[in-house]
Amino acid sequence: MAARIQLPASAKRGEIVEVKVLIQHPMETGYRHDDVGHLIKRNVINVLSCRYNGVEVFRADLSSGIAANPYVQFYTVADKSGELEFYWIDDEGMQGSEKQPIQVT
Amino acid sequence: MKRRRFLAGLAALPGAALAQVDPLDPLVWVVTNGAQVKQGKVTVELPQLADNGNSVPIKITVDSPMTEADHVKSIHLYSEKNPVRNMANFYLGPRAGKAEINSRVRLAGSQKVTAVAKLSDGSFWYDTASIVVTLSACLDES
Repeated sequence: MAARIQLPASAKRGEIVEVKVLIQHPMETGYRHDDVGHLIKRNVINVLSCRYNGVEVFRADLSSGIAANPYVQFYTVADKSGELEFYWIDDEGMQGSEKQPIQVT
Repeated sequence: MKRRRFLAGLAALPGAALAQVDPLDPLVWVVTNGAQVKQGKVTVELPQLADNGNSVPIKITVDSPMTEADHVKSIHLYSEKNPVRNMANFYLGPRAGKAEINSRVRLAGSQKVTAVAKLSDGSFWYDTASIVVTLSACLDES
Protein backbone atom coordinates (compact mmCIF):
# COMPACT_ATOMS: atom_id res chain seq x y z
CA MET A 1 0.00 0.00 0.00
CA ALA A 2 1.56 3.14 -1.17
CA ALA A 3 1.14 6.29 0.83
CA ARG A 4 2.00 9.90 0.40
CA ILE A 5 2.73 11.88 3.50
CA GLN A 6 3.39 15.56 3.50
CA LEU A 7 4.77 17.59 6.35
CA PRO A 8 7.32 20.37 6.51
CA ALA A 9 10.93 19.13 6.61
CA SER A 10 11.79 21.70 9.25
CA ALA A 11 9.90 23.82 11.75
CA LYS A 12 10.48 26.17 14.65
CA ARG A 13 10.04 24.77 18.14
CA GLY A 14 6.43 25.09 19.18
CA GLU A 15 5.20 25.70 15.67
CA ILE A 16 1.99 23.99 14.65
CA VAL A 17 2.69 21.90 11.57
CA GLU A 18 0.21 20.55 9.09
CA VAL A 19 0.37 16.84 8.33
CA LYS A 20 -1.29 15.37 5.25
CA VAL A 21 -1.69 11.66 4.80
CA LEU A 22 -2.94 10.02 1.62
CA ILE A 23 -2.99 6.23 1.47
CA GLN A 24 -3.67 4.21 -1.65
CA HIS A 25 -6.47 1.86 -0.64
CA PRO A 26 -9.83 0.90 -2.22
CA MET A 27 -11.76 1.22 1.09
CA GLU A 28 -14.12 -1.47 -0.17
CA THR A 29 -17.47 -0.85 1.49
CA GLY A 30 -18.85 -4.38 1.50
CA TYR A 31 -22.01 -3.20 -0.24
CA ARG A 32 -20.83 -3.56 -3.82
CA HIS A 33 -21.21 -6.59 -6.07
CA ASP A 34 -18.74 -7.94 -8.59
CA ASP A 35 -19.53 -8.81 -12.23
CA VAL A 36 -21.11 -12.15 -11.34
CA GLY A 37 -23.22 -10.76 -8.53
CA HIS A 38 -21.18 -11.80 -5.54
CA LEU A 39 -20.84 -9.35 -2.74
CA ILE A 40 -17.35 -7.94 -2.47
CA LYS A 41 -16.04 -8.33 1.05
CA ARG A 42 -15.57 -5.23 3.11
CA ASN A 43 -12.00 -4.12 3.29
CA VAL A 44 -11.31 -0.73 4.81
CA ILE A 45 -8.49 0.78 6.79
CA ASN A 46 -9.66 0.63 10.41
CA VAL A 47 -6.95 2.43 12.21
CA LEU A 48 -4.52 5.11 11.23
CA SER A 49 -2.17 6.33 13.88
CA CYS A 50 0.66 8.81 14.01
CA ARG A 51 3.45 8.71 16.56
CA TYR A 52 5.85 11.56 17.10
CA ASN A 53 9.10 10.21 18.55
CA GLY A 54 7.19 7.27 19.94
CA VAL A 55 4.31 9.26 21.45
CA GLU A 56 0.93 8.92 19.79
CA VAL A 57 -0.25 12.36 18.69
CA PHE A 58 -3.12 11.37 16.41
CA ARG A 59 -5.29 8.37 15.82
CA ALA A 60 -8.31 7.82 13.61
CA ASP A 61 -10.80 4.99 13.41
CA LEU A 62 -12.01 4.94 9.86
CA SER A 63 -14.93 3.09 8.30
CA SER A 64 -16.49 2.51 4.91
CA GLY A 65 -17.79 6.10 5.22
CA ILE A 66 -14.36 7.39 4.29
CA ALA A 67 -13.63 7.80 0.59
CA ALA A 68 -11.36 5.45 -1.32
CA ASN A 69 -7.71 6.40 -1.05
CA PRO A 70 -8.31 7.92 2.37
CA TYR A 71 -7.00 11.38 2.92
CA VAL A 72 -6.61 12.79 6.41
CA GLN A 73 -5.09 16.10 7.34
CA PHE A 74 -4.34 17.07 10.91
CA TYR A 75 -1.97 19.22 12.94
CA THR A 76 0.71 18.63 15.49
CA VAL A 77 3.10 20.78 17.51
CA ALA A 78 6.75 20.48 16.52
CA ASP A 79 8.60 20.07 19.80
CA LYS A 80 11.76 18.06 19.06
CA SER A 81 13.66 16.91 16.02
CA GLY A 82 12.89 13.36 15.19
CA GLU A 83 10.50 11.22 13.31
CA LEU A 84 6.81 10.97 12.68
CA GLU A 85 5.79 7.40 12.27
CA PHE A 86 2.53 6.51 10.56
CA TYR A 87 0.89 3.17 10.90
CA TRP A 88 -2.33 1.73 9.51
CA ILE A 89 -4.09 -1.60 9.19
CA ASP A 90 -7.02 -2.81 7.08
CA ASP A 91 -9.71 -5.48 7.56
CA GLU A 92 -7.61 -8.12 5.85
CA GLY A 93 -4.78 -7.48 8.27
CA MET A 94 -2.60 -5.68 5.76
CA GLN A 95 -0.41 -3.29 7.65
CA GLY A 96 1.38 -0.28 6.35
CA SER A 97 3.76 2.15 7.87
CA GLU A 98 5.73 5.15 6.82
CA LYS A 99 8.30 7.33 8.54
CA GLN A 100 9.00 10.96 7.92
CA PRO A 101 11.75 12.97 9.59
CA ILE A 102 11.24 16.48 10.96
CA GLN A 103 13.96 18.98 11.87
CA VAL A 104 13.05 21.31 14.72
CA THR A 105 15.13 24.42 15.24
CA MET B 1 -55.71 20.61 17.99
CA LYS B 2 -54.90 19.72 14.42
CA ARG B 3 -51.96 22.05 14.44
CA ARG B 4 -50.71 20.56 17.66
CA ARG B 5 -50.94 17.07 16.24
CA PHE B 6 -49.15 18.20 13.12
CA LEU B 7 -46.31 19.68 15.12
CA ALA B 8 -46.00 16.55 17.23
CA GLY B 9 -45.81 14.55 14.04
CA LEU B 10 -43.09 16.83 12.72
CA ALA B 11 -41.00 16.33 15.81
CA ALA B 12 -41.29 12.58 15.42
CA LEU B 13 -39.80 12.66 11.92
CA PRO B 14 -36.34 11.09 11.89
CA GLY B 15 -34.88 14.05 10.00
CA ALA B 16 -36.16 16.52 12.55
CA ALA B 17 -34.86 14.36 15.37
CA LEU B 18 -31.41 14.30 13.82
CA ALA B 19 -31.27 18.06 13.52
CA GLN B 20 -30.37 17.90 17.18
CA VAL B 21 -28.08 15.23 18.52
CA ASP B 22 -30.12 12.67 20.35
CA PRO B 23 -28.06 11.70 23.39
CA LEU B 24 -30.03 8.47 23.53
CA ASP B 25 -28.90 7.43 20.06
CA PRO B 26 -26.86 4.29 20.84
CA LEU B 27 -24.03 5.46 18.59
CA VAL B 28 -23.73 8.73 20.47
CA TRP B 29 -24.39 7.07 23.82
CA VAL B 30 -21.25 4.91 23.41
CA VAL B 31 -19.23 8.13 23.34
CA THR B 32 -21.10 10.36 25.76
CA ASN B 33 -22.46 7.80 28.22
CA GLY B 34 -25.62 9.84 28.41
CA ALA B 35 -24.05 13.24 28.96
CA GLN B 36 -25.61 16.32 27.45
CA VAL B 37 -24.38 17.29 23.99
CA LYS B 38 -24.51 21.03 23.43
CA GLN B 39 -24.48 22.83 20.12
CA GLY B 40 -21.51 25.05 19.50
CA LYS B 41 -17.70 25.14 19.52
CA VAL B 42 -17.62 22.61 16.68
CA THR B 43 -17.83 23.63 13.02
CA VAL B 44 -18.46 21.17 10.23
CA GLU B 45 -17.77 22.45 6.75
CA LEU B 46 -19.15 20.60 3.77
CA PRO B 47 -19.85 21.79 0.26
CA GLN B 48 -23.55 22.63 -0.18
CA LEU B 49 -23.82 20.33 -3.15
CA ALA B 50 -21.85 17.30 -4.25
CA ASP B 51 -22.36 15.79 -7.69
CA ASN B 52 -20.95 12.54 -6.47
CA GLY B 53 -21.07 11.15 -2.94
CA ASN B 54 -18.01 8.99 -3.38
CA SER B 55 -15.58 11.60 -2.21
CA VAL B 56 -16.79 14.70 -0.43
CA PRO B 57 -14.31 17.00 1.28
CA ILE B 58 -15.12 17.71 4.92
CA LYS B 59 -13.49 20.00 7.43
CA ILE B 60 -14.12 19.82 11.14
CA THR B 61 -12.81 22.49 13.48
CA VAL B 62 -13.27 22.81 17.21
CA ASP B 63 -12.80 26.08 19.01
CA SER B 64 -10.27 25.07 21.65
CA PRO B 65 -6.92 26.44 22.87
CA MET B 66 -5.55 22.84 22.78
CA THR B 67 -3.57 23.19 25.98
CA GLU B 68 -2.86 20.51 28.56
CA ALA B 69 -5.74 21.83 30.67
CA ASP B 70 -8.25 22.44 27.92
CA HIS B 71 -8.16 20.38 24.77
CA VAL B 72 -10.24 18.26 22.45
CA LYS B 73 -9.97 14.56 23.19
CA SER B 74 -11.89 13.15 20.29
CA ILE B 75 -14.12 14.02 17.36
CA HIS B 76 -16.81 11.61 16.21
CA LEU B 77 -18.39 11.89 12.81
CA TYR B 78 -21.92 10.69 12.10
CA SER B 79 -23.94 10.41 8.94
CA GLU B 80 -27.70 10.42 8.84
CA LYS B 81 -28.17 8.02 5.93
CA ASN B 82 -25.05 5.96 5.42
CA PRO B 83 -25.37 2.24 6.17
CA VAL B 84 -22.47 2.70 8.58
CA ARG B 85 -23.53 5.80 10.45
CA ASN B 86 -20.43 6.32 12.53
CA MET B 87 -18.13 7.37 9.72
CA ALA B 88 -14.98 8.05 11.68
CA ASN B 89 -13.53 8.84 15.08
CA PHE B 90 -10.48 11.05 15.45
CA TYR B 91 -8.46 11.10 18.65
CA LEU B 92 -6.48 14.21 19.38
CA GLY B 93 -4.67 15.63 22.37
CA PRO B 94 -2.79 18.70 23.51
CA ARG B 95 0.02 17.69 21.16
CA ALA B 96 -2.21 18.47 18.19
CA GLY B 97 -1.87 22.22 18.72
CA LYS B 98 -4.92 22.91 16.63
CA ALA B 99 -8.23 21.05 16.59
CA GLU B 100 -8.81 20.79 12.88
CA ILE B 101 -9.30 17.73 10.71
CA ASN B 102 -9.72 17.56 6.97
CA SER B 103 -10.77 14.42 5.20
CA ARG B 104 -12.96 13.06 2.46
CA VAL B 105 -16.11 11.09 3.15
CA ARG B 106 -18.55 8.91 1.27
CA LEU B 107 -22.18 9.95 1.51
CA ALA B 108 -25.19 7.84 0.59
CA GLY B 109 -27.56 10.60 -0.43
CA SER B 110 -28.51 14.11 0.63
CA GLN B 111 -28.33 14.32 4.36
CA LYS B 112 -27.02 15.93 7.50
CA VAL B 113 -23.57 15.20 8.81
CA THR B 114 -22.92 15.63 12.51
CA ALA B 115 -19.66 15.93 14.40
CA VAL B 116 -19.54 15.44 18.16
CA ALA B 117 -16.45 16.59 20.03
CA LYS B 118 -15.37 15.42 23.45
CA LEU B 119 -13.43 17.99 25.43
CA SER B 120 -10.94 17.35 28.21
CA ASP B 121 -13.33 18.83 30.79
CA GLY B 122 -15.83 16.10 29.95
CA SER B 123 -18.27 18.27 28.01
CA PHE B 124 -19.62 17.37 24.58
CA TRP B 125 -20.33 19.73 21.70
CA TYR B 126 -21.69 19.19 18.25
CA ASP B 127 -22.41 20.79 14.92
CA THR B 128 -24.38 19.67 11.91
CA ALA B 129 -24.00 20.46 8.22
CA SER B 130 -26.43 19.66 5.42
CA ILE B 131 -25.46 18.57 1.97
CA VAL B 132 -27.26 17.74 -1.24
CA VAL B 133 -25.74 14.71 -2.96
CA THR B 134 -26.82 14.18 -6.57
CA LEU B 135 -25.33 10.72 -7.01
CA SER B 136 -24.98 8.78 -3.81
CA ALA B 137 -22.13 6.49 -2.87
CA CYS B 138 -21.89 3.11 -1.19
CA LEU B 139 -25.08 1.44 -2.30
CA ASP B 140 -24.78 1.93 -6.03
CA GLU B 141 -23.86 -0.98 -8.20
CA SER B 142 -20.74 -0.11 -10.11
